[in-house]
Amino acid sequence: MENIFVIAEHRQGEIRDITFEMLNLGNSLAKENDMTVTSVLLGKDTGDIQEKLQKASDRVLVMDAPELADYNADYYLAALEGIIKEKTPRLVLIGHTSAGMDLAPPLSVRTGAPLATDCMDVRLTGDTLEATRQVFGGKINAELSLKPSATYMVTVRPGCFPDAGDLGKSAETDTIPVPEWTNLRGRHFLEYLTSETEDVDIAAADILVSVGRGIGKPENIPMVEEFATAIGATVSCSRPVADKEWLPKSRQVGVSGKTVKPKIYIALGISGAFQHQAGMKNADTIIAVNTDAAAPIFSVAHYGIVGDLLQVIPVLTEKFKNA
Amino acid sequence: MNIVVCVKQVPEVSDADLEINRKGSDIDREDLEFEINEWDNYAVEEAVRLKEAHGGHVTVITLGDEDCEDVLRQSLAMGADEAILIDEDGFEMSDAAGIAKGLHGVVKDLSFDILLTGVQSSDNSWGQVGLILAELLGLPYASLVVGIEMGDGKATVFRELESDTQEKVELPLPAAMTVQTGINTPRYVSILGIKKVRKIKIKETDADELNLSEDEIGAEGSCVTSRKLVIPSIGGAAEMLTGSLDDICNKAAQIIQDKGGLV
Ligand SMILES: Cc1cc2nc3c(=O)[nH]c(=O)nc-3n(C[C@H](O)[C@H](O)[C@H](O)COP(=O)(O)OP(=O)(O)OC[C@H]3O[C@@H](n4cnc5c(N)ncnc54)[C@H](O)[C@@H]3O)c2cc1C
Repeated sequence: MENIFVIAEHRQGEIRDITFEMLNLGNSLAKENDMTVTSVLLGKDTGDIQEKLQKASDRVLVMDAPELADYNADYYLAALEGIIKEKTPRLVLIGHTSAGMDLAPPLSVRTGAPLATDCMDVRLTGDTLEATRQVFGGKINAELSLKPSATYMVTVRPGCFPDAGDLGKSAETDTIPVPEWTNLRGRHFLEYLTSETEDVDIAAADILVSVGRGIGKPENIPMVEEFATAIGATVSCSRPVADKEWLPKSRQVGVSGKTVKPKIYIALGISGAFQHQAGMKNADTIIAVNTDAAAPIFSVAHYGIVGDLLQVIPVLTEKFKNA
Repeated sequence: MNIVVCVKQVPEVSDADLEINRKGSDIDREDLEFEINEWDNYAVEEAVRLKEAHGGHVTVITLGDEDCEDVLRQSLAMGADEAILIDEDGFEMSDAAGIAKGLHGVVKDLSFDILLTGVQSSDNSWGQVGLILAELLGLPYASLVVGIEMGDGKATVFRELESDTQEKVELPLPAAMTVQTGINTPRYVSILGIKKVRKIKIKETDADELNLSEDEIGAEGSCVTSRKLVIPSIGGAAEMLTGSLDDICNKAAQIIQDKGGLV
């Protein structure tokens, strides 16, 4: 049967948002193409998750094994290679997440399915699959077509599709037998680690002044701190600033840092990569200062200033000092 | 301990005005500056640190044109011992798997404990090459690596997940890893440092020598049959503040006040 597979993602008993975003995309593609949507759930004791998937899928395939409790490329690859080769789905959707990024490229090699990663949109018409993705730091869009194939594979960028939620479906669940584990490479999952040391909680701040690589050098950070103090804000940053240790990692906004939703988010010298946007795009008011009028940050900002932050910030700080 | 690192030269785009060529197949590269891919720079640094801590040999490989010698020289100046350049002839329009096949042709004959690449390159951002290479070599692997601890015949590896969370995994050696930014602080390379390694001979090879046929690499071997680039219209949502610097700052100050900033 021709259909669309959504590889359900979960961690520590919680289903991840990307799963419902993919179900949204999967269901609309299925509707256009007269196909069905199958959620594929690998895990251990996943009853609660199954129930949620049933409401937005036509079928749920479950494989239950202790080796699948936490994501591990070795077992996920072995399980999915078998399932995909046997069922030949038209399209396999995987999240462009820490798990999906790890899984998809080797899975495409094993199954022979052409793979497009980090896609923001996918169109399936007849025999062809077209996808939209970003290249060159998000400044250019690429429209791709993939080589005709029985099965296509796509990783879907988080945050591009609304949550499918409850579509009023009530899929049946089929249990897939656990295979003989073959082609394992000896990777072992040991544990999850969450960071403890917190200097300030940027997620609790009403106003954030966020610095990106455009700050140029660490010597310029005090100028931004002075501005932040003048307007009652906390200082946060993009990843390169934390990577270089110009500010502590706990100040990093984005997918791999913190998600924030302040009243005001002021982005200084931040280009606006999707991994950064994922952490701040729901702020009430976003003001961006960037020398590059084509910086993607302006597509999520409410107010934009094209200019050099090193010139803008001192003048702006004075406005508050004199007020 | 021997370490192999695959690196790529990429255009610096964050400060550049990008334009698309007439065919819409690529950006205009003429006026751009080129540099080592940010993720790869961290990978080279990590390799050199592992060598410094445990002894061994670091080999860097790139696939590109002659100008890509620059990233190899930079890696040598950082402390790599040997460099290999795979001529990009025949690889133009390759997909990630095509590039991985070229690298595989070289890496399969090397003896190593750890194979490193960056998580992704900043130009295409596929995030595929390192992991496809691992799969072609049949190696255990981990992506998004932010820490490596060497053990006896194995490595404990820290993978970055979402929301400030990490995952600790164990890999038997030899293993492949894709390196995430921030894993270390890459050392600075001076012009003098690059001069010092100018005598090191860079080995060269190409698709023919690696026995790769046309249908495996390049446009023919690619799973992408067409690619059209477009500059997205952005800024549509943002109200741009214009005028003199003073005007702009007055407007911005007003907005900040109205939305709840200190008066
Ligand atoms: C798996 C993964 C997870 C990631 N997680 C995160 C994350 O959690 N958070 C995050 O932020 N990133 C994350 N990233 C990195 C992300 O892809 C970008 O590389 C990063 O966000 C870029 O940071 P930036 O905007 O500060 O730097 P750049 O992209 O280099 O942008 C700098 C900007 O500053 C502007 N500029 C330069 N000089 C000035 C000046 N004087 N005045 C004003 N503007 C100036 C430039 O025009 C440019 O737009 C992640 C990447 C991966 C692969």
